[in-house]
Amino acid sequence: MYAVRLWSVRHARALELAYRGLERVLVAVHPWISRIGYARLERPVAAVEKSLKGLFFDCRMCGACALSSTGMSCSMNCPKSLRNGPCGGVRENGHCEVKPEMVCVWVEAWAGARRMEGGMKILAVQPPVDHRLKDSSSWLRVAREKSGEGAKP
Amino acid sequence: MSADPAHLVDPGDPLSPLPGHSSRGRLERVLRSGKFAVTAELNPPDSADPRDAYDRALVLSEVCDAINATDASGANTHMSSVGICSLLTRVGYAVVMQISCRDRNRIAIQGDVLGAAAMGVANILCLTGDGVQAGDQPGAKPVFDLDSISLLETIRIMRDERRFLSGRKITVPPQVFIGAAANPFVPPLDYRPQHLGKKVAAGAQFIQTQYCFDMALLRQFMARVRDLGLDRRCFILVGVGPLASAKGARWMRAHVPGIHIPDAVIARLDGAENQKREGRNLCIELIQEIREIDGIAGVHVMAYRQEELVSDIITASGILGNRQRRPRPPAVKESSNA
Repeated sequence: MYAVRLWSVRHARALELAYRGLERVLVAVHPWISRIGYARLERPVAAVEKSLKGLFFDCRMCGACALSSTGMSCSMNCPKSLRNGPCGGVRENGHCEVKPEMVCVWVEAWAGARRMEGGMKILAVQPPVDHRLKDSSSWLRVAREKSGEGAKP
Repeated sequence: MSADPAHLVDPGDPLSPLPGHSSRGRLERVLRSGKFAVTAELNPPDSADPRDAYDRALVLSEVCDAINATDASGANTHMSSVGICSLLTRVGYAVVMQISCRDRNRIAIQGDVLGAAAMGVANILCLTGDGVQAGDQPGAKPVFDLDSISLLETIRIMRDERRFLSGRKITVPPQVFIGAAANPFVPPLDYRPQHLGKKVAAGAQFIQTQYCFDMALLRQFMARVRDLGLDRRCFILVGVGPLASAKGARWMRAHVPGIHIPDAVIARLDGAENQKREGRNLCIELIQEIREIDGIAGVHVMAYRQEELVSDIITASGILGNRQRRPRPPAVKESSNA
């Protein structure tokens, strides 16, 4: 929802802390997830993730979540799906070139990043999205990667 | 053109390689030698006649160090940048091939980069591209598989690490000078200098900016760029162009994405007896003011379908100095750096 999405950027600092907590939990429960099986959990976890992140961020389930590096503004809502910052077409009022009624996702991202402790991660170059990850759970991927296991394709 | 094998093997009249240079092109040499560089945009024809491209290039070639071949700018179809570069390099012109992320995915783009380098393209400009809604075919599928920054990094990896994004080896890498665009004039203004820094980190060696009509904003941007030391890590060419009339300026401001024209500029045109002449003079003044700003390495001149006017403006501005009037190609091999 657009209004909630804007709320999330205004509360980027709080969400950053929440995400840090979530990451710790995910790493802690990694052994259990492994026991049950990542593949078996993929669909239910992805469904929960989709509804929660859908509410807060209008998440598109790219499977390669970078919210912590984009000021808690989901860059997949950019009509050009830009992962590395605003294009040169931003309107004088800060709105999107393609969708004039929407504030540029990256104008929001910069505002959110400045509120966050680790907000300057926005300056890190993001690789192109792996489109095979679409609709998969970023949370499970993080649990796996941060626990030292390799990423699945 | 004769079927001279040497010509076929080495199109684009490459200069001899120099240590520390990424390309064998003229633009990089001019910039690295500290001269004030001039690039100009060629308006691609809506025809399959090579003469249409040659006629326009001829006018520009006399007054600039490299000619930009646009890639369906404004999301309108024209002769492709690959096609134009192929024509121009075979008669020895220096070109900047523009690549937009709007129309092709990473598989197509990496192939085009190799093809372009093989044709003698020494400079590539990495662009996001205007949205399809801006052009005459708004129903087209927008691709945007890469963005301008991941495109910069992709080409840098191909050149410096001799591999595709997949990791597969490239036997002879593309020796290209890599460029990016910048728009210092649109929001988020305070982020724009850092965004430039991100582009430099990804591989940008030269920058061509969007049209500049607001010197105050440009000075503010450049002050921050100098603070960040970015002017020493890339060559910045500021985009300029003549406005034809106050009405035209208002139209551009409302319809062309990313163009910022202050009210004062439009008022000046409105008050002029000959608006076209005033637009030309304004452009010349801008070029001369831009030249005085620390950290700016050149100008990039653009004008929709007015190559003659571009040539007139560059000549009248005096920025070419003793480089005025280079001999017309098809030229003998370049004997000097610039």
